[in-house]
Amino acid sequence: MTTLPQTTERKLGLVIDLDTCVGCHACVISCKGWNTENYGAPLSDTDAYGGDPSGTFLNRVHSYEVQPEAGAAQLIHFPKSCLHCEDAPCVTVCPTGASYKRVEDGIVLVNETDCIGCGLCAWACPYGAREMDAVEKVMKKCTLCVDRIYNENLPEEDREPACVRTCPAGARHFGDFADPDSNVSKLTAERGGMELMPEQGTKPVNRYLPPRPKDTIETDQIDILAPYLAPVAEEATGFLGWLDKTLEKL
Amino acid sequence: MPKDQPTIDLSPKVSDEVRKTTCYMCACRCGINVHMKDGEVAYIEGNKDHPVNKGVLCAKGSAGIMQVNAPSRLRAPLKRVGPRGSGEFEEISWDEALEIATDWLAPIRKDDPSKLAFFTGRDQSQSFTSFFAQNFGTPNYAAHGGFCSVNMAAAGIYTMGGAFWEFGQPDWDHTKLFVLFGVAEDHDSNPIKMGIGKIKARGARVVGVNPIRTGYNAVADDWFGITPGTDGLLILSIVHCLMKAGRIDLDYLARFTNAPCFVNGDEKSPEFGLLLRDDAGKELVMDRAAGKLTPFDQKGVKPDLSATYRHAGVTHRTVMHHMAERYLQDEYTPEAVADRVGIPAPRIRALAAEIARTAFEEAFELDQEWTDFRGETHKTMTGRPVSFHSMRGISAHANGFQTCRALHVLQIILGTVEVPGGFRFKPPYPKPATAHPKPHCGVTPAAPLDGPHLGFVHGPDDLALKEDGTPARIDKAFTWENPMSAHGLMHMVISNAHAGDPYKIDTLFMYMANMSWNSSMNTRGVIDMLTDQDEEGEYVIPRIIYSDAYSSEMVAYADLILPDTTYLERHDCISLLDRPICEADAAADAIRWPVIEPDRDVRGFQSVLCDLGARLGLPGFTNEDGSQKYADYGDYIVNHQRKPGIGPLAGWRMSDKGLTNGRGDVNEGQLDSYINNGGFWVGHIPDEALYYKPWNSAYQDWAVELGLFDSPQPYLFSLYVEPMRRFQLAAEGHGDRQPPEHLRARILETMDPLPIWYDPAPDNRAEAYPITALTQRPMAMYHSWGSQNAWLRQLHGHNPLYVPTNLMRLHGLTDGDWARVISPHGEITVPVLEMAALNPNTVWTWNAIGKRKGAWALDEDAPEATRGFLLNHLIHELLPPKGDGLRWSNSDPITGQAAWFDLKVRIEKADAPAESQPSLAPIKSPVGKGPSKLSWKVGK
Repeated sequence: MTTLPQTTERKLGLVIDLDTCVGCHACVISCKGWNTENYGAPLSDTDAYGGDPSGTFLNRVHSYEVQPEAGAAQLIHFPKSCLHCEDAPCVTVCPTGASYKRVEDGIVLVNETDCIGCGLCAWACPYGAREMDAVEKVMKKCTLCVDRIYNENLPEEDREPACVRTCPAGARHFGDFADPDSNVSKLTAERGGMELMPEQGTKPVNRYLPPRPKDTIETDQIDILAPYLAPVAEEATGFLGWLDKTLEKL
Repeated sequence: MPKDQPTIDLSPKVSDEVRKTTCYMCACRCGINVHMKDGEVAYIEGNKDHPVNKGVLCAKGSAGIMQVNAPSRLRAPLKRVGPRGSGEFEEISWDEALEIATDWLAPIRKDDPSKLAFFTGRDQSQSFTSFFAQNFGTPNYAAHGGFCSVNMAAAGIYTMGGAFWEFGQPDWDHTKLFVLFGVAEDHDSNPIKMGIGKIKARGARVVGVNPIRTGYNAVADDWFGITPGTDGLLILSIVHCLMKAGRIDLDYLARFTNAPCFVNGDEKSPEFGLLLRDDAGKELVMDRAAGKLTPFDQKGVKPDLSATYRHAGVTHRTVMHHMAERYLQDEYTPEAVADRVGIPAPRIRALAAEIARTAFEEAFELDQEWTDFRGETHKTMTGRPVSFHSMRGISAHANGFQTCRALHVLQIILGTVEVPGGFRFKPPYPKPATAHPKPHCGVTPAAPLDGPHLGFVHGPDDLALKEDGTPARIDKAFTWENPMSAHGLMHMVISNAHAGDPYKIDTLFMYMANMSWNSSMNTRGVIDMLTDQDEEGEYVIPRIIYSDAYSSEMVAYADLILPDTTYLERHDCISLLDRPICEADAAADAIRWPVIEPDRDVRGFQSVLCDLGARLGLPGFTNEDGSQKYADYGDYIVNHQRKPGIGPLAGWRMSDKGLTNGRGDVNEGQLDSYINNGGFWVGHIPDEALYYKPWNSAYQDWAVELGLFDSPQPYLFSLYVEPMRRFQLAAEGHGDRQPPEHLRARILETMDPLPIWYDPAPDNRAEAYPITALTQRPMAMYHSWGSQNAWLRQLHGHNPLYVPTNLMRLHGLTDGDWARVISPHGEITVPVLEMAALNPNTVWTWNAIGKRKGAWALDEDAPEATRGFLLNHLIHELLPPKGDGLRWSNSDPITGQAAWFDLKVRIEKADAPAESQPSLAPIKSPVGKGPSKLSWKVGK
């Protein structure tokens, strides 16, 4: 049993914009690249060129189809990684203290030297956000790129998680949710940023911006739009007459 | 900090060095920072200064490290020792490989250079490879455009001097409505994602028109799940609505397009249907001010769109008049087209109305003065914030050229091309068809070709025909069968060479094109053609040389393999002479350079051509004393001059006063300058030249100074494409060069100088095969390349057939079942998965995930081979027989573009086979297999 800090000075986390995520997996692979080379053990791949390739990823993109009551079905791309919960059950369940939440910024990390690979934390996480590395036998999870965000060897503009830096659509945002004036707090307020599965009581830090309403071009606007297509003529002769009159005025 | 919270290093060393070069994980060509540790590649990220990607990078780009270490990399030159297709090779030295190639090619060049067919696939060095082919003297050269998106490119060039992607982009900073028609997601990859993110962040509307709601269409605010192949009909219906409502930009049409030009109305004239011109060849318009005919470009002229001109008993009418007569007809009303396009009429009207509202009610002015080619100065620039983008989705149909034309015409009547908020060209575009070369096919033994291979025809005189009227090129490009085939027809080369039609060749030399697998229609048939032997036991295609970096399916079918490097081990240039990476605000070019050295006996293909060209004594590749002119490709990039002062790279050239850009002398330190600047060069366009580029004097002057043109070339957009009418005139019997009888009717019908729509479905036997089958390229994979990448193959390791809910029910299918998919040409058996967000008459799968056993250094039980599949087995290069005794090509009759997306099928539930069918026999791998475990960490 490991304890959580009462509070953290900052609450660092991600805002993920489901209205904009095109499901390209750029974040998935950028994360894999950075975290293979950096924090802790490399993210391994087994049967890498074989029949059942399986690797460790700290971030994956899932896709779900949604069928609204009316209108066409929709496809939502849903990137998922550790949500750095305030009440993180993966921490409290850890028998060795390897799993912990940083008091400075709230990042949930695994101290790999103390991890015995028992897997309890992955079982406790309701989001399925932890993966056991099959080669190293240690638990791997999103570090919010703790080795980037304060890294004085990186230019200041690059001190953000690899997934945020690389996202082509700009669907990922990083910041401090404890600061109401931060970009992530503002985005959450403006766009109705949501917790994932709040009923689990884990108080996740990351927020998801919901997709905006879709397929409204016809239903919402038909009365407004109709005048824009009011005919100036029914056939070519009338059209040319209109053309002549209009050109005179130009 | 609690006592048990460990101390961690928050500032670990990231790398020893960052080497900045250009990505090649797809065709997008982003800038990348390659982080090095101990001389090895540790991490790859986007370059924030780079004009293409501004720091972001897609999954492919970030996975480059797994491409550079892929076990599928070829290791040394290979000579075939078993039968073709067996995969039996022996490794040989480069000297032996180059001697073999020279021994094969030198006699061909001496006797008949056209016996070499040199086709270069997904080549990013076409200005160089075409230079080699031209020096060799063969007319048989092209890259992969013919089986990709030539319809879009050619329709754009002929209509307005450029198309999408490499030619231009939406004005992301100002557009308020972005309409995206079917698009391959790497065309272009990161900039479209960045643009969509940018405009959605400020609340602009994104509309997706696509049978499949994935990717960009998944985030579109409105999705139009159109019936494949009917985009042109939808677009012309929108044109109808806009014209009928007068929601078109008359001032723009009058000033900048050929809408006010007169179409010759004299039915008896050999110029019937051509535009009236003065003696100097300039289009004539009626000047509203003077009330008389005037060349279009005169100072103060106010072209009249609605004029008629009566002369010698004949009435000539304007292009605008012809457009009104055609597009105001009831056949284009939303109600008339709704059933065929699969979108209800009110929804079509809503889209047209939203386009009209945004273009005209949300118009705005930029406070920027500019002067047009007539000398008139405008105080502001008028924005029409509607923009469009499209690529292969609407191109790869037999009606693709006319559909792409329709889309360009739609943009033009809205007045939204080259204005704020609309579509903007990127240098060296705009460049009209008249400013491009014409195709050349003049062959002389032991001498170069008489000019560039590819270009733009303006009438029958420009076709690549021999004196006897037969095709000059092996792919039959620029013939009556497909007169405007501006990118050639790579997909027809093997079948034509096998058939000896139009003639036999000796050596087929290919680069980076997986023709025995996913890059060919009729894969099984192509394999048979590559291995077919004549009565003497000789291969029907006698010799095949192939260059690839990886163990692709094609390797087994070549006699000699020239192994290429990976993209981090080579020089390249992303050149203004080639497929550029410019921005609407700037000219730009870039390089690749060897950030690591190969650990295998491989060489960059372009450097190999420098060597081979010298061995063959090609004039462009040898010095006067016969010695090799360019030591390697890097040497060529710096020292080659296409004409005085113009080389492959525009940045950091040399002048009397020191370094200069654009035109300038060779600078031996040029590559170092590029490397020091992050691998690229950018030259900004002045503010007064940023919009209205085809007509903007300041832009034209800037382009001349940079070396893009030799003189200002303002021109009118061609709503009416006169060269098409010249082919119709020939089909009507005018002129000396006459089409064969069986093609007259089709030329008359399809080469309409105003956009038309025709239905490709009946030719594909839609009555018996009612479902369209499509492929899409995943954002995380590039053609066949991704499967060798240990990270990317975990994202897309196999490819189910996605089937709409209604068809799943109809055929009693549930997820995980298998279905037989049957086309007029063939049959496959594949796993299915239900998808609701899909046109109800369309099935689809991911492109090029299916792999042949033995290829790409994968195990034989790889899911790519056991559950993956290709639709290519269902597609033939010829249409099903029509009963007229002829076989017609499965391609656009105007450009020859492969009509991949016209595929019609039916499906039925099947018993689950052990593996996807057909399952071809494994090929022997020339590289062995990869390791089973990967824990890739290069730093200590």
